[in-house]
Amino acid sequence: MSESNSSPLVEFRNVSYSVGPTPIISNLNLKVSRGETLVLLGESGCGKTTTLRLTNRLLLPGSGEVLIERQPTTQWDPIRLRRRTGYVIQEGGLFPHFTVERNIGLVPTLEHWDNARIRDRVHELLALVGLDPAEFAQRYPAELSGGQRQRVGVARALAAEPPLLLLDEPFGALDPLTRASLQQEFALLTRRLHKTSIFVTHDLHEALTLGSRIGLMKAGRLLLLETPASFLNSTDTYARAYLDTLRLDSNQNSSRERQV
Amino acid sequence: MSFWSFLEQNGSELLTLVAQHLKLVLVSTLIAVLIGIPTGILLTRNRALRKPILGLANVMQTIPSLALFGFLIPIPFIGGIGARTAIVALVLYALLPIIRNTVTGILGIDQNVRQAAVAMGMTAQQILWQVELPLAASVILTGVRVAMVISVGVTTIAAAVGAGGLGVYIFRGLRQYDNNLLLAGAIPAALMALASDSVLGLAEKWFGLEKRREKTKGWIGTVGVIAIALTLVLLGFGFWRSFQSPSGTLSGKVGRLVVGSKDFTESGLLAEIVAQMVEARGVAVERLELGGNLPHDALVSGRIDLYPEYTGTAFTAILHHPPITDPRAVYDQVKQEYGARFHVDVSPPLGFENTFAILVRAADATRLNLKTISDVTPLARGWRAGFGQDFMSRADGYPGFARAYGLQFAEQPHEMDLSLTYIALSSGKVDLIAGNSTEGRIGALNLVQLEDDRHYFPPYEAIYLVRQDSLQRVPVLQDILTQLANKISTAQMRKLNYEVDALKRNPAEVVREWLKAEFLVAAWERRHPCLLLFDCGFAQQVGCLRSQAPKS
Repeated sequence: MSESNSSPLVEFRNVSYSVGPTPIISNLNLKVSRGETLVLLGESGCGKTTTLRLTNRLLLPGSGEVLIERQPTTQWDPIRLRRRTGYVIQEGGLFPHFTVERNIGLVPTLEHWDNARIRDRVHELLALVGLDPAEFAQRYPAELSGGQRQRVGVARALAAEPPLLLLDEPFGALDPLTRASLQQEFALLTRRLHKTSIFVTHDLHEALTLGSRIGLMKAGRLLLLETPASFLNSTDTYARAYLDTLRLDSNQNSSRERQV
Repeated sequence: MSFWSFLEQNGSELLTLVAQHLKLVLVSTLIAVLIGIPTGILLTRNRALRKPILGLANVMQTIPSLALFGFLIPIPFIGGIGARTAIVALVLYALLPIIRNTVTGILGIDQNVRQAAVAMGMTAQQILWQVELPLAASVILTGVRVAMVISVGVTTIAAAVGAGGLGVYIFRGLRQYDNNLLLAGAIPAALMALASDSVLGLAEKWFGLEKRREKTKGWIGTVGVIAIALTLVLLGFGFWRSFQSPSGTLSGKVGRLVVGSKDFTESGLLAEIVAQMVEARGVAVERLELGGNLPHDALVSGRIDLYPEYTGTAFTAILHHPPITDPRAVYDQVKQEYGARFHVDVSPPLGFENTFAILVRAADATRLNLKTISDVTPLARGWRAGFGQDFMSRADGYPGFARAYGLQFAEQPHEMDLSLTYIALSSGKVDLIAGNSTEGRIGALNLVQLEDDRHYFPPYEAIYLVRQDSLQRVPVLQDILTQLANKISTAQMRKLNYEVDALKRNPAEVVREWLKAEFLVAAWERRHPCLLLFDCGFAQQVGCLRSQAPKS
């Protein structure tokens, strides 16, 4: 692992993808290095979710290639690739007929871990995402709040210790307070676990909180790729438009937002 | 007879029918599940096939069940007469709800869940078994439940193709206006529908997502439980009976005869006459009642050995000749053609004709001085007529009849169940019907038969049609058929019909009495086989004497 540490975990090389005649992604070049949280920011329809889906081979590029650990996705066994890539979607995408324990233990079960190990892992993860195993392990998703479901979704993505996490607007449907606390916890968690993740959002505040770098996408193109600090000072007009929304917010809630 | 004493007397037959019914429903539903669910899954994967296959299944359901049974009869392997045809038809009906609910259930799964399953690295098989089927289970089970309840209903109609089941009682009850029979057929069928509905309803709840915490109770649940319990009890008795009954020993084909009949009283009585005479000679007999022209197919295919028929019917409906009026010519040609074409023998005529009888109310006949059908012609414009489906459609039926007599009624004749036309006439709903000349209720309902003065109707002499190989296999049959020649007068047949139709007596009992009275079966016959030869001749002589006696 140490040898390959310097190489990017994920690399997009001139990737284009279209549905029929409509281009969704045009000529995308991107490198994600180990341990970083790359946030893809943009409006809906800008191609950020498609970028995620190209990463774990839910889609294959029309042209160019997506490399995972220097190997193109076309050469990865899709099942193997997906099992070592954690995936979190809005509302968690939990299986409604599985208990929390079975949901979190899904990939380990598919990978034939023995039951005791799965159980230990599930309990460890529940504790990690702030849910008491004794209370929550046997519940069904319908018996959880939105925030709790999202925590379980993150735990499920982490279960088989994947080197890469993909998160598709995971906190989008939560109320602002829950969202803020989950964002904080997630930031701590990724830093502590040293996880590599690609995080998709349309919320600039979230991007600035979580991202080690922010990629701004529009109409299938990557407009700029900056650290949060340089993003705040960007002169790009589209980036400024995003930053203006932030200012609007802070004018309204000046005392709280000054810390950002 | 009260319903309870009816049940007491016919309990074991009823239980057999319940068991048959349930077996048909379960087997066909099981097959439909085995075909329907995989097909449904396939359709969720293949959008192009979805429309045509669901469309086809839809069309299947729109075919009236009786018509579907009719279509299936001539088809080799899956068709024919009996349980197999019924199961094929039931499966075709059950497929639509099962396929459709499988498709709806699987496609209705939350897209996020499916996406998550793929993204977690589940294989297509794992997604199907661990995600799609469990999540769609309650919707699929709803489909199975609908299919099963439909099957319970459609199975009652399967009796028309000789598949057995509770429809046997329902059909018989309709024909004989016997409410006991109707209830004995309909109540268990309704209970069965309720029971299967609630059993699968419980299963659905079990698979549903809300299951674990909630418990629904209430009268629906209670009724369901009672229905289940009753069905189980009936079923248990049915199986117990079927183990006890000696029917298992009937399976050897050599010394055993299958006597068919059409699904009306007279045909049943004639079949019963032969059946009891054959049984008296120590040959086991199976009785099989079939609708429409099915007995012919069954006879030709060897499913039955013989059945009672009428020369005119054989001549027009089966041999497709235009109707002619000379009885001798009709009989001879039927005998010759059946022998050559079907290897079927025609017995000597039994002595009566069951021709179409044009009937009016006796009051009208007296008031208007009606004797012949021609007398009606000038009055017909103000009259209404009611005819059975059979009469409306057959070659020697209504169209030719109306032409022969220049009849034009006030309105298009009502097409209805034959046995209902008698009631319709006597209660004044219609003014003229085409009944059967041997119908027992003609006298009881005060109806009068008009003379066919233009000799429109071909002769309908009662005969038995017997397979030639059956005559060889069961030689006593030949004797019996000879004994029955000219044995039954029209008046006697009316009386026998009346006993069953109007007095609701058990046909087997009526036949037993008649055979004894006619010395066709003697109580001492089996104890003194040495007297058999003598007995035949003696009985025939006595029979001759009796048939010359004035008719009552």
